[in-house]
Amino acid sequence: MSQADLTMQGHSAGMLTDRPFAIPTKKLAMWLFIIADTMTFAACLVAYGFLRNATPDWPRPFHSILNVAMMTFILLTSSLTMLLGVQSAKAGDKAGAFRWTMITALAGIAFAVLHIREWLGLIGEGMTLFKNPWGTGLFGAAFFSVTGLHITHVIAGVIALTIVGLRYKGGRYNADDIEIVGLYWHFVDLVWMFVVPFVYLLNLAH
Amino acid sequence: MAMTVEQKHEGIGKYLVVYLCILALAGLQFAIAYQNITAAQMFRRMLSVALVEAGVAVMFFMHLWSEKRGFLLFVVFFTIFVLLAMQFGWTDSFRLTQCAGYCS
Repeated sequence: MSQADLTMQGHSAGMLTDRPFAIPTKKLAMWLFIIADTMTFAACLVAYGFLRNATPDWPRPFHSILNVAMMTFILLTSSLTMLLGVQSAKAGDKAGAFRWTMITALAGIAFAVLHIREWLGLIGEGMTLFKNPWGTGLFGAAFFSVTGLHITHVIAGVIALTIVGLRYKGGRYNADDIEIVGLYWHFVDLVWMFVVPFVYLLNLAH
Repeated sequence: MAMTVEQKHEGIGKYLVVYLCILALAGLQFAIAYQNITAAQMFRRMLSVALVEAGVAVMFFMHLWSEKRGFLLFVVFFTIFVLLAMQFGWTDSFRLTQCAGYCS
C-alpha cells in the first residue's frame, strides 16, 4: 500500500468519525430541520405581509386580545416547562423529566384548544378561506394558512413530546432525545412570537 | 453530560429570568398594538421586539449560545442570508399600493 493510500484512508476515517461542530448527529439534524422550517414560516409570513401591504381594504377583525394573550402566555410558559424537563433529564431525574415533558404536552393541547375555539368563532362570523364580511377575501386565506401551519406544528410537537416522553420513561430514549424534542418545541414557540404581532396585533380593530 | 443538582437549580434560576424577559417583551408587543401610531411604525416596532425576543429564545432556551462558536455563526449567517433573500418582493408590493405600472 502506498503512502498516498495510507494518507487518504486516514483522512477518510477522520472525516467519518469527527462529528460536525462537535454536537450529536441527531441534534445537528434537528437544527438543520429548524433552519429549513424557519424558511417555510418566513416565506409564509413574507407572502402574508406582501398581500396585506398591497391590498387596500385589508380587514381588522380582532376586537379583543384576551384569547391571543392567553395563548401566548401558555406557549411561552410551555417553553419554560420544557426547559425544566431537559434540565431534569440531564440531572438524571427521570420522573421529573417525564413529568415536565408531559406538562409541556398538556400546555400544547390547551394552546391548540384555544386556537381551534378562535377559528370556530371566526368561521361562525362568516370567515372562510375565500371570503369574509369585513373586506378582501385574501384575509381568510392568509390567516388560516399562517395560523394553520403553526397549529399543525403544535399538534406534531404534542405527539412528539408524548412519544419521546414515554420512550424516555421506558428507557428506550435518553436525555439527548428530550433535549432534541425540546429544541423543536422552542422553535414552535419562537414562530408564535412573529405570528402574534403580524397576524393578530396588526389587525386589531381600533 | 450529566449535571449536579446544584447546577440544575442554578440553571433554573437563569431560565426563569430569561422566561420573564421574554414574557415582558411579549407584553410590550401587546402594548405597541394600542399605541396611536401608523401601521408602518407599528410594524417596525413589533418586528424589532420580535427579533429581540426570538434572539433571546434561540440563544438561551435553545442553548445556541453554549454551542461551538462555529456552529452559532453557521446558524446565524445561514438564516440571515436566506431571510434577506426573501425580501425582494417588497418593492413590487409597495408599487402595487401606489398603483404604478399595470395596476389600475
